[in-house]
Amino acid sequence: MMMTRAFAIVERDLRKFRRSPFLLVAALILPLAQLVILGNAFGGNIRNVTIGVVNLDHGPESVDVHERLLAVAANAKTFLPQEYGDRTEAIQALRNGKLGAVLIIPTNYSRDLLMGHHPRLALVTDNTDRATAGGIGATMADLVNSINRPEVAARQPAQVGLDTVEIYPYTSYIQYLLPGLITLAIFITAMIGGGILYIDDKQRGLHEGYLMTPITKWELIVGFNLAGAIKGVLAGLVIVIVGSMIAGVRGWWMPQVLGELLLVTVLTSIALIGMMFFIMARIDDPLVPRAIFGVLNTLLFFPSGAVYPIAGFPSWLRHMAVADPFTYAVHAYRALLLQQVGLGAILPDLGALVLTCVLMLGGATLLFRRAL
Amino acid sequence: MHAIEVNQLSKTFGNLKAVDGVSFTVDKGEIFGMLGPNGAGKSTIIRMLTTLITPTAGSAVVAGSDVVHDADAVRLKIGVIPQNMTSDPDLTCEENISIHARLYGIPRRQRRQITGELLASVGLADRAKAFARTLSGGMRRRLEIARGLVHAPQILFLDEPTTGLDPASRMSVWEMIAHLRDTRGMTLFLTTHYMDEADRLCDRIAIVDHGKIVVLDTPTALKAAVPGAAVLEVAFAPDLAKGVSDLEALAAVNRVTQQGPALYRVASDRGPAAAEEVMDLSRRQGVELRSLSVQSTSLDDVFLHFTGHGLSDHDTTVPSVGWSKKK
Repeated sequence: MMMTRAFAIVERDLRKFRRSPFLLVAALILPLAQLVILGNAFGGNIRNVTIGVVNLDHGPESVDVHERLLAVAANAKTFLPQEYGDRTEAIQALRNGKLGAVLIIPTNYSRDLLMGHHPRLALVTDNTDRATAGGIGATMADLVNSINRPEVAARQPAQVGLDTVEIYPYTSYIQYLLPGLITLAIFITAMIGGGILYIDDKQRGLHEGYLMTPITKWELIVGFNLAGAIKGVLAGLVIVIVGSMIAGVRGWWMPQVLGELLLVTVLTSIALIGMMFFIMARIDDPLVPRAIFGVLNTLLFFPSGAVYPIAGFPSWLRHMAVADPFTYAVHAYRALLLQQVGLGAILPDLGALVLTCVLMLGGATLLFRRAL
Repeated sequence: MHAIEVNQLSKTFGNLKAVDGVSFTVDKGEIFGMLGPNGAGKSTIIRMLTTLITPTAGSAVVAGSDVVHDADAVRLKIGVIPQNMTSDPDLTCEENISIHARLYGIPRRQRRQITGELLASVGLADRAKAFARTLSGGMRRRLEIARGLVHAPQILFLDEPTTGLDPASRMSVWEMIAHLRDTRGMTLFLTTHYMDEADRLCDRIAIVDHGKIVVLDTPTALKAAVPGAAVLEVAFAPDLAKGVSDLEALAAVNRVTQQGPALYRVASDRGPAAAEEVMDLSRRQGVELRSLSVQSTSLDDVFLHFTGHGLSDHDTTVPSVGWSKKK
């Protein structure tokens, strides 16, 4: 009897979900758009930035610098050098945004270098754009190292060397982003289905229709959360498959990996719909879920390591990440999709997601009232 | 045994006493009406009786079960048609009924049968596949009634069932309510602020005002209790010199109320004599008697008599009307 009555709510929600593709489309469009746009916009190498070169030396060593700059322009294409006769003019062009940086070769550079006086090149960068400045700076540092390297190799090799071995295939940023966006799709489904539509239905009096029947508080909680979780799982799985194809992730189609991904998706969906039900348990105003949508999205998505490694966060933000259920979902998806390491590596994530489910549904049960 | 027994039922919201110690009984098979203006406490009473809200004090037994201590048993035995439409506009008529039946734990095969029967009984068989949002107000209300009947309840509660409906739809809902009592022997409890609805449908009427039952009786007995068997509606152009006072001064007049500019409602035990006196008055003052109609006592007069104010006094969209008692 209990499941029959709870399934009445599930049936109603799924019929509406199937009939109105809005929820599914809304849940899928944002993460997919972010995957394609953010995935390709971030994480790429800086290329084809014009830099100004002010040569105040004109000696043979400055010609060597110029040739090395042209070599970068021809191969790595990080920047394209453009000669400036006047330092002030070059700096003004940098300020106006025409240049990404200015390299100044000082007077007597060639003489000082030949005499071993350690001349210094000056790189003036636009530090309001840290990514470009960093990219140019790193390439320029390599270029200076190459100038410093002796023409003839030392008879004694260096004492210590470091060889880096990558244990997984090359991972692009779009692939790095995918786990966070799967979690985001589930969150959007929970936010719209379990937040906005739930409160709208309440406001329209549809919940009064439930309350006049013998359905119990438990059946209502099971019904609302089960319906929301099913929708979250559907949205999550669509992004797992479509997103993996777009990002070029391999191996997700293996039955064992798919089963593990399904488990993480189910737990993430229950955790997020439970959290939404907990937040909305005492809310009647339809403006509230709309108002907190963006805030929740920011508070959950960005601290989770979805777009940038948690290791780079300040201490307070790391604490937020620990309390954020997104963190565990993102880590679990990353482990399964990019590292394909299996359940053993994500047991702590699964534990955290189960704990979130228990806490959120328990809290929601305490707050939820079977009354108008 | 009564279908409904209510004893000193009260409900307080903060400092507001919405229902103040009401007591009444409803017999099985009766159509019981609760008449009162918006905000009188009718919907709060119906919500307590249908277990949607918990009383602050008092008790109510509905279909043999206590609304607080045995709420689930009550819910199984009653059908509720709330004031707001609770059917889902994005589901079809048959889906709305079938899913509602599932909430009562009715098995699938039985649900299919019940859905068809109920839609036919409310005249919506041909709209079974139509979305509820495409129905007219009257059809939507009939769908609500069909939904309320899925589990064959002993008592059907209808909270202002015809509010917002056009006259034809109201008539159709009235016929359905009468039909339910006649064919199923069902007890019906309805609230309304329409006098004609209460007068036409109800076996007994409780007049509710400020959270209390002011009077409870059959429509006939209520009308008989009002002094002034006849009511005259008179309009002058221009208005009388002293308005209400001029009319109250007439010998055959019991009470006068101003309905609008130069428009009066005059209650009298001697209708024809009062009509003659009104005509004399207009001649004496040299004002034209634009209209004069004689009516028998209505529930409007009953309401005014027992509450001291008009039913629409609480509705800010209607000009204020007040009785003035003859001294």
